[in-house]
Amino acid sequence: MSFNSHLDTLYRQVIMDHYKNPRNRGVLEGEHVDINMNNPTCGDRIHLTLKVEDGKIVDAKFEGEGCSISMSSASMMTEAIKGKTIEEALKLSTIFSDMMQGKDYDDSIDLGDIEALQGVSKFPARIKCATLAWKAMEKGLHEQQG
Amino acid sequence: MNVKELRQLFPILDQQINGKPLVYLDSAATSQKPLSVIEAIDNYYRQYNSNVHRGVHTLGTKATDAYEGAREKVRRFIGAASTEEIIFTRGTTTAINLVAASYGRANVREGDEIVITYMEHHSNIIPWQQVAKQTGATLKYIPLQPDGTIRLEDVEQTVTPNTKIVAVMHVSNVLGTINPVKEIAQIAHKNGAVVVVDGAQSTPHMKVDVQDIDCDFYAFSGHKMCGPTGIGVLYGKKRLLEQMEPVEFGGEMIDFVGLYESTWKELPWKFEGGTPIIAGAIGLGAAIDFLEQVGLDHIAEHEHRLAQYALEQLATIDGLTIYGPKARAGLVTFNIDGVHPHDVATVLDAEGIAVRAGHHCAQPLMKWLNVTATARASFYLYNTEEEIDALVSALKKTKEYFSYVF
Repeated sequence: MSFNSHLDTLYRQVIMDHYKNPRNRGVLEGEHVDINMNNPTCGDRIHLTLKVEDGKIVDAKFEGEGCSISMSSASMMTEAIKGKTIEEALKLSTIFSDMMQGKDYDDSIDLGDIEALQGVSKFPARIKCATLAWKAMEKGLHEQQG
Repeated sequence: MNVKELRQLFPILDQQINGKPLVYLDSAATSQKPLSVIEAIDNYYRQYNSNVHRGVHTLGTKATDAYEGAREKVRRFIGAASTEEIIFTRGTTTAINLVAASYGRANVREGDEIVITYMEHHSNIIPWQQVAKQTGATLKYIPLQPDGTIRLEDVEQTVTPNTKIVAVMHVSNVLGTINPVKEIAQIAHKNGAVVVVDGAQSTPHMKVDVQDIDCDFYAFSGHKMCGPTGIGVLYGKKRLLEQMEPVEFGGEMIDFVGLYESTWKELPWKFEGGTPIIAGAIGLGAAIDFLEQVGLDHIAEHEHRLAQYALEQLATIDGLTIYGPKARAGLVTFNIDGVHPHDVATVLDAEGIAVRAGHHCAQPLMKWLNVTATARASFYLYNTEEEIDALVSALKKTKEYFSYVF
């Protein structure tokens, strides 16, 4: 059942799946990069923990509160960056940012589930929801790089 | 004037959003503007734009008359004793900050108390946090009842002879609670404190009489009462304003400027440094004319009816939680189980319905309600029961939609 096809471009099944069953939810123990970030305009918040070894993200977990878009994006982001180098993760973040702004983005990398968030670019008021977790990740990795 | 006729005076309302007629339920964030206000501003810029209080020329006189005429309209509108007590500011936030920076810093000492409530908007919290930090005073909160109201016993308990300032909102932008500001002012005065009232959500919707309330300061914004953005008002009792130092210095506010010393103009101009918000004040004056023509009692009654209708209708939706008391101003804040308010607002927008979603600049209140965000529908003189029906129907669809995509 669908009453509004415009909405269906935003609320894709895979997004709802990540919202309902978030991957990598929690907080890492031991030595890790710890980032808290809020979206002050709406109250969404994310607490992201990353384990980085030899320039590689070996584990990532998040917890937080927010809408379906912000939480599903966080879930997808943590899945996507696990096993990636810092450079690869930052590159992915740039691609995601381009995608959100409706720009042409590098499609040589398989984005997997993240592709489903493309529809957010048609809802300008929700772009900040989708980018929150990615901004947190960028901040953490930049701190790690010094 | 009936609501249908009133709506025709607001050109913005006649449009489609996402293929549906616009249902604007976000007037607590900012109201729409009637033609008369838009034309008053347009007319100023087209016909007599000029600086005030200095030009000897004809346009300067005309602009000054219009600007000061707007001040007189504000005075009459809120029942102040004199135009010396009406200071034009950028909005409610600037008005409260003026009181905090001038009166607060000069009169609050270490060991003193500033009392506010859990339901305040950030603009009536942070200025007082800053004064408390700078002076070493304590910031205290009046607790709330489970329905989001304030008990006078709790005000009596919280306010003490050490209290210097009591700052409270007249109407809550989240709960819709109408606070007993007159009684709170009495308690504050009994303890030797001044009372600052945030009137951002009351002034647009009900008759306000600052002398009857006997508040020491009253702040409100033009843009929530059919006026333009960028203009607001600080009312202050003359006796207090006279003792207060300006917070902005420069042109317009001076009497005599020497090399090392200057003196200030008399009230209210000593608080209006720089070229004032001339078009804004003129627009606010036109908004007041409009509201008085419609009638504040009529507006209050219309919104009361809409709020009660909305409460009844929203109660028919399972899993919908409404925050705040039954007796309330014209807004309803709510959440639907399992659907984040941003998602609610996006789905409603797809149906042409504008509501607010988020923390409503009231994070301490959100914490008290134990939520991170809520959705809010707020009403004004141009809203109709049919629009509430549209809201309720769209919310039912929202629930179905999310149970489907889950």
